[in-house]
Amino acid sequence: MEVAHLQRRFIDLTTTLFQQGILDNQFIQLQQLQDESNPNFVHEVVSLFFQDSEKLLNELSRILDHQIVDFKIVDAHVHQFKGSSASIGAQRIKDVCIAFRSCCEENNRDGCIRCLQQVKQEYCLVKSNLEDLFRLEKQILAAGGSIPTMQ
Amino acid sequence: MAMERGCKSTGGEPHVLAVDDSSVDRAVIANVLRSSKYRVTAVDSGKRALELLGLERDVNMIITDYWMPEMTGYELLKRVKESSELKQIPVVIMSSENVPNRISRCLEEGAEDFLLKPIQPSDVSRLCSRFLR
Repeated sequence: MEVAHLQRRFIDLTTTLFQQGILDNQFIQLQQLQDESNPNFVHEVVSLFFQDSEKLLNELSRILDHQIVDFKIVDAHVHQFKGSSASIGAQRIKDVCIAFRSCCEENNRDGCIRCLQQVKQEYCLVKSNLEDLFRLEKQILAAGGSIPTMQ
Repeated sequence: MAMERGCKSTGGEPHVLAVDDSSVDRAVIANVLRSSKYRVTAVDSGKRALELLGLERDVNMIITDYWMPEMTGYELLKRVKESSELKQIPVVIMSSENVPNRISRCLEEGAEDFLLKPIQPSDVSRLCSRFLR
């Protein structure tokens, strides 16, 4: 049965994301906030996260491209990115941001550049996996099934 | 029906003003509050919060992020508590960082509580049962 197969893929993908620490319990909290009065809540919040993140990452790249860096500004952007990552449960991004902020405190441009590369990689991983998850959700609903709830 | 300034609403859903410069966090806190049946206005800065408070007389609680550009949540708290019109409104501060000095400074300035982000529905239920009916 197609629905069962899709639901299995959904469960497997979600389980993997949690096991690899890409997502944490906060993502489940967001899913639990979604209901009939706000059926697209998770998708909306995650879309906002993608929009904000891309602006922040572009801005960080631009700032760190210069030899003279205002580390207070970099730190402010990373603080914001850390906050929004934590709010959607993107645990690994949040963890890299913690290391990134340490580099800012040390005025370490090379360290910041390394952290930026790492945070971009983690962001791409979260984005592609969440897009796969949302695609599976759409397919399950289109096939007449319900989305499995994760605990 | 006129709403009493601060604390308890005298009819209808209590009105909470949420202040956060992060669009992600605004969406989350607004949804957490709405799921607890509160009317929410979410703004992105302390400046906008003060503008709204000058226009609307029915805000029953303010929940604000600490770390915002231009005006921090602490600065917003001070402005609210210095105002004879606004000082009765309970103010709650949110932050992603657990900094003891920051927490005590906010509580000394009159904040009712200090919450660590990400905010959970249980945080909101606890707060609102203390300050809102």
